[in-house]
Amino acid sequence: MQAKENTQNLKRYTIVTEMDNEAGVLSQLAHLFSRKGYNIETIAAGWTVDQNVTRFTIEIFSDDDRIKLLCAQLRKLVPIHYVEILDPSKSIRRELMLVRVHAADRSARNEIIQIANIFRGSVIDITPDSITLSVTGDDQKTSAFESLLKEFGIIELARTGIVAIERGEM
Amino acid sequence: MTNINNTSKKLNGSEILIQCLIEQGVDTIFGYPGGAILNVYDKLYDHKEIKHILTAHEQGASHAADGYARSTGKVGVCFATSGPGSTNLTTGVATAYMDSSPVVFITCNVNSDLIGRDSFQEVDITGVTLPITKCSYIVSNVENLADTVREAFAIARSGRPGPVLIDIQKNVTASECEYYPVTPEEYFMTAGTRIQRLKSTHHPSVGYPDINLEAIDELAELIDKSEKPLLICGGGVVRAKASQEFRTLAARIDSPVAITVMGGGAFPGDSPLKTGMIGMHGSQASNMACDACDLLIAVGCRFSDRVTLNPAGFAKNAKIVHIDIDASEINKNVMTDLSIIGDAKKILNLLLAKLKRDKKNDAWKNYVFSFKRETEYDDPEEGNLTPKQILSAAAEILPQDTIVTTDVGQHQMWAIQHFKFDYPGQLITSGGFGTMGFGLGAAIGAQVGNPDKTVLHVTGDGSFRMNCHELCTEEYYKLPIITLLFNNSTLGMVRQWQHLIYHERYSQTTLDRGPDFEKLAEAYGVHGRKVTDVATLREVLKEAVASRADGKGWIIDCRIDIDEMVRPMVGGNSFIANFMLD
Ligand SMILES: Cc1ncc(C[n+]2csc(CCOP(=O)(O)OP(=O)(O)O)c2C)c(N)n1
Ligand SMILES: [Mg+2]
Repeated sequence: MQAKENTQNLKRYTIVTEMDNEAGVLSQLAHLFSRKGYNIETIAAGWTVDQNVTRFTIEIFSDDDRIKLLCAQLRKLVPIHYVEILDPSKSIRRELMLVRVHAADRSARNEIIQIANIFRGSVIDITPDSITLSVTGDDQKTSAFESLLKEFGIIELARTGIVAIERGEM
Repeated sequence: MTNINNTSKKLNGSEILIQCLIEQGVDTIFGYPGGAILNVYDKLYDHKEIKHILTAHEQGASHAADGYARSTGKVGVCFATSGPGSTNLTTGVATAYMDSSPVVFITCNVNSDLIGRDSFQEVDITGVTLPITKCSYIVSNVENLADTVREAFAIARSGRPGPVLIDIQKNVTASECEYYPVTPEEYFMTAGTRIQRLKSTHHPSVGYPDINLEAIDELAELIDKSEKPLLICGGGVVRAKASQEFRTLAARIDSPVAITVMGGGAFPGDSPLKTGMIGMHGSQASNMACDACDLLIAVGCRFSDRVTLNPAGFAKNAKIVHIDIDASEINKNVMTDLSIIGDAKKILNLLLAKLKRDKKNDAWKNYVFSFKRETEYDDPEEGNLTPKQILSAAAEILPQDTIVTTDVGQHQMWAIQHFKFDYPGQLITSGGFGTMGFGLGAAIGAQVGNPDKTVLHVTGDGSFRMNCHELCTEEYYKLPIITLLFNNSTLGMVRQWQHLIYHERYSQTTLDRGPDFEKLAEAYGVHGRKVTDVATLREVLKEAVASRADGKGWIIDCRIDIDEMVRPMVGGNSFIANFMLD
């Protein structure tokens, strides 16, 4: 195992790539990252308008030179259609977070629902002692949401990892 | 492709596989059968027009297919069965991958319904070979078989060439579907195939990227201004068949030329512009030129650590220009000032048309060639030969166009330093992976692919032991390969490091053991001879040349001193001009 990279001097990059939707493409992709020594922060996948094509959004910490090299290496994979690094100022990044928190009494429940409203989150499920919420946003928003919920006691949490898309031209 | 025309027939997967190989012009296969691939071998029985070379071991077959590819410029083909058959290929796959050699490896796996159950001789060979192939395929449906084979060949030979593996599940080799023949050219044109997408998007695996013409102008400008140019001739010049253009460029800009291990043969070994090998065992002239040049143009070379040593000080006074077909090589090991991505032959032609004038760099050449291009070795002690004596005799007595394959170690470096290779494909050596045991298999492939040429296999006593069982292949197929065994009773290259860096602590490198190679040769039915002096060596070499027609190979066991070293030498990660040995 490789030690987690020192992320201090590194920038977060959002890579978008589309690949043939066939068996083994994810392992090809993941393998390339690991054998070239990159640590994937988040990865999210799903098909595009064309069900034969899978789109991956991958975020990693790196620097400008290494990221160029990585993209060139990715482009060599036969199933890859294209690879692009998104410019943060010109793109939209979102992830979905699902979280179940303790909510044993009415005041906790109310407070949690208020927080969710402020974050435009939604309540998906309530039981006598817990609430399950969902929220979408960039990683900063979901992280802020998570930290506010911590004091109630998080039972379980799941995030999809970032998906990203370029903004339309103005 | 599912459209069926009147030439289509219903065939089973094994026959389709063979028909697709015929489409690709394949007439030679190296391989080894087994349970999972039985159906394919059964069909092969009916196709006597395809020559199948049965080796002693799948590794030998993999190196033979690679040697065949490197020496003929065609795609090599290698068959193996599932499980251990396929894993035995892996060293050969990696060797081909590191040196960009186009080989299609075809393995069969267990039946589709047994996959994933740890069935007998099941292994995920596509997973195993993922990092050492350009692409690897699983075929679980006979309908996909033909196009997969076509795509695999196109990918292996296009762009930056390299190995591809196709793993076919056994039931596919028995199921039937419609087949109709398609030539590789037609296939490249067929709409809806993946090749079409790869081609239309200039995917690096097949397409030659559009060449940046501005960068060509810029390079022409740099050349015009440069007073101290140095060219590096890399393996890409061989693969791109660009040696003619490269030679013209060197002559027109009057530039010294350093040659990497992989570039051997692409630039004439007897050219007055040649500085010799560059890097760890580079000549004084090459490494000093690299250190002092003001413009370094590397063509088809990936600046491996064995070439650049410490990249921080590499060509420190120079603008570095990198010409390569693989964009992922740019700024990987060495930061460059200008890069041009594309096919070397096309780029060099464009560049030649843009050169402002022909140049003369006499002062610079006088400087560069004031350093030695060849190592001077001491005289031998009684009962031993020197590497130089052996290689001089071979160079003099064997035909000029002899193909040379090597194993890995000191003998490899000596051979590359000494021989004056003259055409691409003449030197076949494991440069990137450094695979001991490569040489004999590669020689078999080269001899099968070039029956009229003499093939010389230069090996060491360590390397030869690794795969010398392929002597039975050499004997059976009447391949008159000449093996020159540099017998120093040691893993010499490792011993050299132990001598220089590990205070002469020779841990596990002395090979004071059998077999008697002369007797081994006899057992395998080839000629064998022990040699300890030049006069006898010369006689034996002449006899070997004269006896070619008997189809028997030779093992010439040459005794050399255990302490002989490869010189010059620069330590790993030192600066290129800091010679540890000169
Ligand atoms: C398969 C493999 N194992 C180990 C090595 C490490 N290695 C590099 S050179 C060498 C010694 C080779 O000995 P020999 O074939 O006798 O050649 P010499 O150096 O003596 O000429 C070894 C062990 C290697 N390159 N390949
Ligand atoms: Mg030896």
